[in-house]
Amino acid sequence: MKENIIIIGGGAAGMEAATQLQKLGLTPVIIEKSNALGGHIAQWDKLFPAFHNAKDVVSKMFDNVKDIKTYLNTEVTDIQRNADGFHAVLSNGEAIDGKAVVLATGFDLFKAERKQEYGYGIYNNVITSLELEKFFRTRKDERINNPKKIGFVHCVGARDVKVGNTYCSKVCCTTALKQACEMKEVFPEAEVYTFYMDLRMFGPGYEDLYLKTQKDYDVKCIRGRVCEVSEDMDGRLVIKAEDTLFGKPLRMTLDLLVLMCSMEKNKSIDKIQQQLGVENNSDGFMQNRDMYLGMNDSKQEGVFVAGTCTAPKSLPDTIGEARSVAVEVFNYVNNK
Amino acid sequence: MDFGFCLSPSSHVKMDSVDLTTFNRLKETNPDVNTCIACGSCTATCTAGNFTEMSFRRILLMLQRSKEEEAKKMIQRCMLCGKCTLVCPRGINIRKILLDITR
Repeated sequence: MKENIIIIGGGAAGMEAATQLQKLGLTPVIIEKSNALGGHIAQWDKLFPAFHNAKDVVSKMFDNVKDIKTYLNTEVTDIQRNADGFHAVLSNGEAIDGKAVVLATGFDLFKAERKQEYGYGIYNNVITSLELEKFFRTRKDERINNPKKIGFVHCVGARDVKVGNTYCSKVCCTTALKQACEMKEVFPEAEVYTFYMDLRMFGPGYEDLYLKTQKDYDVKCIRGRVCEVSEDMDGRLVIKAEDTLFGKPLRMTLDLLVLMCSMEKNKSIDKIQQQLGVENNSDGFMQNRDMYLGMNDSKQEGVFVAGTCTAPKSLPDTIGEARSVAVEVFNYVNNK
Repeated sequence: MDFGFCLSPSSHVKMDSVDLTTFNRLKETNPDVNTCIACGSCTATCTAGNFTEMSFRRILLMLQRSKEEEAKKMIQRCMLCGKCTLVCPRGINIRKILLDITR
């Protein structure tokens, strides 16, 4: 079993890395702490920019890993380096040896209640982007009751020194516009507003989505950061922002407010990460060896990183990194 | 003879001759004046801004566009409540900067 590659995390990055490593003739083993593979993306309904069903992508990924040894509901509790590679002890009492370790541990969603001024957990009609995605899948959420006016707040827990996250979370802009369009599909009579600081449409088809949002869906994008949310006598939400392009403070009454929560590094891996000697960047995400030519190498020999454990990333970014980490691991194992 | 025609003065901001004396002095003790991303949180939450033109975001711009007198006039609206400082996502110490401008 010396050729095992230990992959920690069974989300998009972990599954895709395992798939490619298997094709390269190695034996990946996926260790997933939750009760199912798929990670965050399995909770998503549609993907930006073109409204593909997330399920179609994820089910292909499931299919690819069906013959790969996978531990569910299992965490690595201890990991030690030895002459042959790594020895990992699992929470189910088993132990596995591996030539290399791939950290594909992903992200945690920013806890929206930390931005208390947005009222999540205080006001009933403030929800998160993830909860809205669940509504699109199930069409069930008692807080979403035929809203007439809907607002989206960008950069919740991102670009915000007050919560310690100064980075841009990359995917929330595009997700907000995607979800705004979908809300118009579900509630054609509703007015939909998004409150942004900059709209970062960085990828192929993303700017087209922005255009579609304006032209076909009549979503209003207002440049200003929401700074306060309160509730009026009727239980509707009152928000305050500055309409910075118009240069005046603005108040608006809404029936539903959606918070676009940022990505933070998944901290449940911190102990194992420490044992492996992989450090964090100042933004709290894992450090890679080099941001251009060593993006999948950690600074520790035999320890690799892929996906959103190193920075916020889109699904195509993550899949790309998962494929490149497989090549890095393959080269490492063969040159050892 | 006066036909009622005249040349309109240029409405451009003259960046070639912009006076940054106050802004640069401010920057020495408050380097964070450069970090504003014009999100408008300060203006939105401003107690004075509910009733007047007060906008810290615009004051910073005025100081960088040779409109110092306008900026100083606007600052008089401030009641130093400090809510802007609480909401600023860049952590700019707005209240201190406003005091420093008038000093």
